[in-house]
Amino acid sequence: MSTTTVAHHDEHADHPTGIMRWLTTTNHKDIGTMYLTFSLIMFLVGGSMILGIRAELFQPGLQLMKPDFFNQLIGVHALIMIFAALMPAATGFANWMIPLQIGAPDMALPRLNNWGFWLLPPSAILLTLPFTLALFGIGDGALATGWTFYPPLSVQGGIGVDFAIFAVHLLGISSVLGSINIIVTLFNMRAPGMTLMKMPMFAWGWLITAFLLIATIPVLAGAVTMLLTDRHFGTHFFDAAGGGDPIMFQHLFWFFGHPEVYILLLPVWGFIPQILQTFSRKPMYGYKAQVYSLWAIGALAVVVWAHHFFTAGMPVPALLYFMYSTMAISLPLAVLFFCWIKTMWRGSMSFETPMLFTVGWIILFGIGGLTGLVLADVAADAQYHNSYFVVAHFHYTLFAGGIMGIMAGVYYWLPKMTGHMYNEKLGKLHFWLTAISFNLTFIPQFFLGLAGMPRRIPDYALQFAEFNMISTIAAFVLGLSQLLFVYNIVSTIKGGKKATDQVWEGAEGLEWTLSSPPPYHSFTEQPTVK
Amino acid sequence: MEINEEESYLNHTEQRAVANKKLGLKLVWIVAGSLLFAFALVPLYDVLCTITGLNGKTKSTATEISNTKVDTSRWVTVQFTSSVMPGLGWNFYPKQASIKVHPGQVHTVLFEAKNTTSQTVAGRAVPSVTPGSGAAYLKKIECFCFLRQELKAGETKIMPLRFFISPELPSDVKEMTLSYAFFSSDK
Repeated sequence: MSTTTVAHHDEHADHPTGIMRWLTTTNHKDIGTMYLTFSLIMFLVGGSMILGIRAELFQPGLQLMKPDFFNQLIGVHALIMIFAALMPAATGFANWMIPLQIGAPDMALPRLNNWGFWLLPPSAILLTLPFTLALFGIGDGALATGWTFYPPLSVQGGIGVDFAIFAVHLLGISSVLGSINIIVTLFNMRAPGMTLMKMPMFAWGWLITAFLLIATIPVLAGAVTMLLTDRHFGTHFFDAAGGGDPIMFQHLFWFFGHPEVYILLLPVWGFIPQILQTFSRKPMYGYKAQVYSLWAIGALAVVVWAHHFFTAGMPVPALLYFMYSTMAISLPLAVLFFCWIKTMWRGSMSFETPMLFTVGWIILFGIGGLTGLVLADVAADAQYHNSYFVVAHFHYTLFAGGIMGIMAGVYYWLPKMTGHMYNEKLGKLHFWLTAISFNLTFIPQFFLGLAGMPRRIPDYALQFAEFNMISTIAAFVLGLSQLLFVYNIVSTIKGGKKATDQVWEGAEGLEWTLSSPPPYHSFTEQPTVK
Repeated sequence: MEINEEESYLNHTEQRAVANKKLGLKLVWIVAGSLLFAFALVPLYDVLCTITGLNGKTKSTATEISNTKVDTSRWVTVQFTSSVMPGLGWNFYPKQASIKVHPGQVHTVLFEAKNTTSQTVAGRAVPSVTPGSGAAYLKKIECFCFLRQELKAGETKIMPLRFFISPELPSDVKEMTLSYAFFSSDK
């Protein structure tokens, strides 16, 4: 892809200063920064919650907390990590990078964009407020049902459930607004000459994500609304006594919940190939094959949901259908893995921090994918269901596949966003500490699950003690090494070696033609892509 | 000349803003559509379960007795189980654990319910049949589960169920379990 660069006169950024700048901004870079900052803060909040859980699980028996508080931490940890850490991080990157990558002056609907972000802080408060209220004797704490809200437990739960339902409503509206904005931007704002099949892979990943979001988030919103009316207005959607069915909630929830997994991962699958081609110094392999695979996975994602509750009882033909369709996802995913590896093949590779995270990501996410294939097997799932095997599996996909991917993106784009190079030594240390302690945290959990330890239970049998101890120690190392990440980001924002416009030797694409950091208003005259 | 260029640039931005708004509103229709879909799933799920016997759902209305031929060449064992859900202070159990029947033959089975509390309490029994593939062939002529049941304090009531197994029952089904869960219907 060759581009004609347009010279920029660095305009004065005419925006209000102080807090009003951030409250009223419609600038895609400001909003992207707010999304990413919010995500980092919530990542630390959600992480400290799970360290509480791991501390309780350090030894068998109950030492630190009551089971009810344990359950609350588990549910809120998941909701925060999914909705307030991973999703905003991906949306933050979209805001920052999509206009730069496609040569647009800004996002298509800037005011909507501002709203999309400012719905997030209130929903984070809604999620965590019940903890504080309980300290003052109001209510019995936060949502204690796990993030899945299964009735009848969620119908019987305290005010924490109501708070979480409204938080999900707000988070849902926020991500629907963000998605509409991204779709419109990608369809209407591309630079002249940039056809759809010339879009950067990150844009493709996000386009499919955005369509999945607007198709499935409303289903979740509908399901939790039914829960709300069941709780307070005498309806019987999920109440068997009134002719409803609690299993129906599981169908509605996972009709959203499974695509959600791909919503979290598709943006990462978008920029991973870009990082690979940069540090392999050769064009990505199989651009078209990757685009079609992303679409195939996006389409399959909405028809496989029931594999999350094989054990709830289903006729054999339904079990077989959901098993085979789930396993079919591994085919396009294998195409992607092949393309990623082939991109590196015989490349002139170097291993700066983003590349380290990316290569580590491919291996660890691969483990996540393969263990998912095991869980998709109906016969095997009867043993693994609701065990720590599942916990380890989805942390390999969502922590390694999601968060470590996001970290690769942070190190990759941070010099572009701030204009400074981060501390490479610290970055590499952060990678090795994260990768090793992550594995030490979750490999023992595979074994615990195989041995039959159930998830979401604060106490366990004595034979599980050693593995839990290892897992807890490693989890604390994992948690504390994230402080290095925070320190590195903050010090890069404050100063450091000047970054060049291209930043990385092999970097290609429109965002690398701009200065580092890019001017407040970029591409006010669109570049032409040939 | 320069002013003209600026103007055409502005026109272009304005046009694009209109186009963006249009496409944005179109996408809102998808959102509305999938919200509607979520609520439409409620009746759809019910219909689907009744047709396929998913979740062992049986028809909640009585079947007319028809002149079905009794198929004496095969036996089907029907087992009965019962449970009382939390919040309902009743004892509830079938008088017989299981019976052997010929498909087409009408049988009556009795269940006994006792209110162990000191208040009048109403409950509703929700049936489920295993295997789900047989659910559609268990035809009820009369069942206490069709109506809300009310028991006075300490009252004991015999609750009858009249049913037959349709001879069209798939030949691989030789055993069926009919389970009743009694829920409190006082809210």
